[in-house]
Amino acid sequence: MDTPLIEFKDVTKRFGPRTVLDRVSLQIYEGQVTTIIGLSGAGKSVLIKHIIGLLKPDEGRILIRGKPINEMDKNEMDACLAGMSYMFQDNALFDSMTVYENVALPLRETTNLDKAEIDHRVMDRIEQTELGDAIHKYPSEISGGMQKRVALARALVTDPRIVLFDEPTSGQDPIRKNAILGMIAEYQRRFGFTAILVSHEIPDVYFISNRILALYQQKIVFQGTPEELEHFEHPFKDEVIQSLEGLQQELTSLYSKRQFKVRYYAQLRRDTSEKSYVVAVFTLEGMDDVIAALGHEAAQEAIRCMSVLINKHFGAVGGFSARRGMNEFMTVLPYSDIAEAEDILKDFIEDFRGQGIQDISARALKRAASGGCVEFSIRVGLAQGQPIAGIDSVIESAKEQQKEVARLRCDS
Amino acid sequence: MTLNEYRQNSAEQEKRGRLFTFLTWPFATTGRGAISWVNHMGAATIFLLLACLKVFRPKQLSKIIQQVYYIGASSLLIIMLVSLFTGMVLGLQSYHALVKFGAQGSLGTLVALSLVRELGPVLTAIMITARAGSAITAQVGIERISEQIDALDTMRIDSLGYLISPRIVASIISFPILTAVFDLIGIFGGYVSGVLLLGANAGAYFYRVQESLELKDVTDGFIKAVVFAVIVALVCCYQGYFAHMREDSRGAKAVGLATTSAVVLSCVLILIADYIVTSLLM
Repeated sequence: MDTPLIEFKDVTKRFGPRTVLDRVSLQIYEGQVTTIIGLSGAGKSVLIKHIIGLLKPDEGRILIRGKPINEMDKNEMDACLAGMSYMFQDNALFDSMTVYENVALPLRETTNLDKAEIDHRVMDRIEQTELGDAIHKYPSEISGGMQKRVALARALVTDPRIVLFDEPTSGQDPIRKNAILGMIAEYQRRFGFTAILVSHEIPDVYFISNRILALYQQKIVFQGTPEELEHFEHPFKDEVIQSLEGLQQELTSLYSKRQFKVRYYAQLRRDTSEKSYVVAVFTLEGMDDVIAALGHEAAQEAIRCMSVLINKHFGAVGGFSARRGMNEFMTVLPYSDIAEAEDILKDFIEDFRGQGIQDISARALKRAASGGCVEFSIRVGLAQGQPIAGIDSVIESAKEQQKEVARLRCDS
Repeated sequence: MTLNEYRQNSAEQEKRGRLFTFLTWPFATTGRGAISWVNHMGAATIFLLLACLKVFRPKQLSKIIQQVYYIGASSLLIIMLVSLFTGMVLGLQSYHALVKFGAQGSLGTLVALSLVRELGPVLTAIMITARAGSAITAQVGIERISEQIDALDTMRIDSLGYLISPRIVASIISFPILTAVFDLIGIFGGYVSGVLLLGANAGAYFYRVQESLELKDVTDGFIKAVVFAVIVALVCCYQGYFAHMREDSRGAKAVGLATTSAVVLSCVLILIADYIVTSLLM
């Protein structure tokens, strides 16, 4: 693998007699979304404050692009920090400044750009974060969600190469939480920065993360992809993930991935009979266009409505569902075959075309930051499996079978 | 050793320990206080030097003007009010004291010298401490505990240069100007009570004011004002900037205590500095 962008080698940090980080070693790679998970008070914020230089380690070394921070001269350090932004857990907005002034502050104070260029860049970020109506308001006059977006706009206005997010979704409702995570993922794709998140929003952060770092009892006990974390056997998984991850996902009210697997094993894998089951994989296509036209909250509302509709049809006949990705769902129909599943799917599609898609559109428009035309479609695939075989291959097969079953057009 | 002997020994040792603690307590407390004082003095000196060095960075002028407006212009009304009544009380008291000796003609001298040499700089500094100094501590303290200062550091904006330097410069500009205003209005206040209300001679009053005041009195008053400006700005900014490091409290309470400490300490230091500067200028 490439040289890590940021590397911790045996970093220890103590506050008085209390050790917060104990010989922590980790690697963060360029261009990825890396999420540090752990319980509240585990030292996640302390860890990322070391990256931006707000805290210094008592022992150990921190390397940026292979060079130890403590061996850098002032110019090198300045150059490193110039490419970084930090979004604070409590936003740290200047309450005596308007939204516009808060976003413009780093450009005004650290660059020699002229007023017109600063104005152009600030307005760009303000529009991208859907804050157009709030530019002259003070932080105390806007909602918590909007304050988060102001902090996000301020963090991105300098076009940083590394952005550190300290619990960016804390104190938000499920739709806003997912909207903020979606926003981070979208900006990361669009601008290509390296995102480092501190979060305990499990499993929501899995959908946007390339790598997960698990901080447990002052140490990093896991580094790897979200998929690798599912196979990770460690007390961390029992104590932390299971306590943070609810039985149902907050936004969709569907099973969490872990609970989905528990249900699958309990109901199907232990069954020695040769009855089959069917997996359906649903994908909402065109969510990027929905985000562009209506904003992130509208997109999350559409995802929530979609999950309600899936549960209504498939939950009623004994099926169980989970969210699989940002805009993807999977449902298992136990003891069914493909013909039965197609009948249920037919009803689902009729309902979806008749009322469902209009409902999703109407609810999304209610949450929309701006009015606009919304166009999206749904793709569904079915595949039959045997309990004796693993479910992963059946899910993949269902995904390959996907075809478009409904589409909402602007003119409809 | 039996159990009883062991218990007796332990009790005696404990008693000796308590006696030792009681006897050494004043020295230990004084020592800890002295070490803490030396630490704070060192930190405050470095804080002041760094803040002064950062005055000369680019983009400071607009911030200095803003702070001059906040510390200086916004304090003008309260300074005028306090100086008017200070002058009036001074005129009233002095007139009744002087009239006993038939020396009411010296009223102008007494009012002018008292105000320009002492009361003007000291009362101006105390009033600005109460109005602007406390607000500086509270504002900087809140910025510290709500991580706004950390946010500046992460944005590569020097927090000392951005928050502290303009306030120190603005204080150095505002204090002498407000002291001059205090002196003028105070002398007018003495005229109102001594001449207009009690009937002293107006010509004699202004003649004595003009005759008794020397340029040195005015410059000494301004030197004091500058010294007080540095003291007030340093104490108020320092208390706010390090509000999060207070050992006696955390959060909003720490900001409240920092504000109280800033005002009390500034006032005490103003009076101590007044004595020292006066002695040196004599």
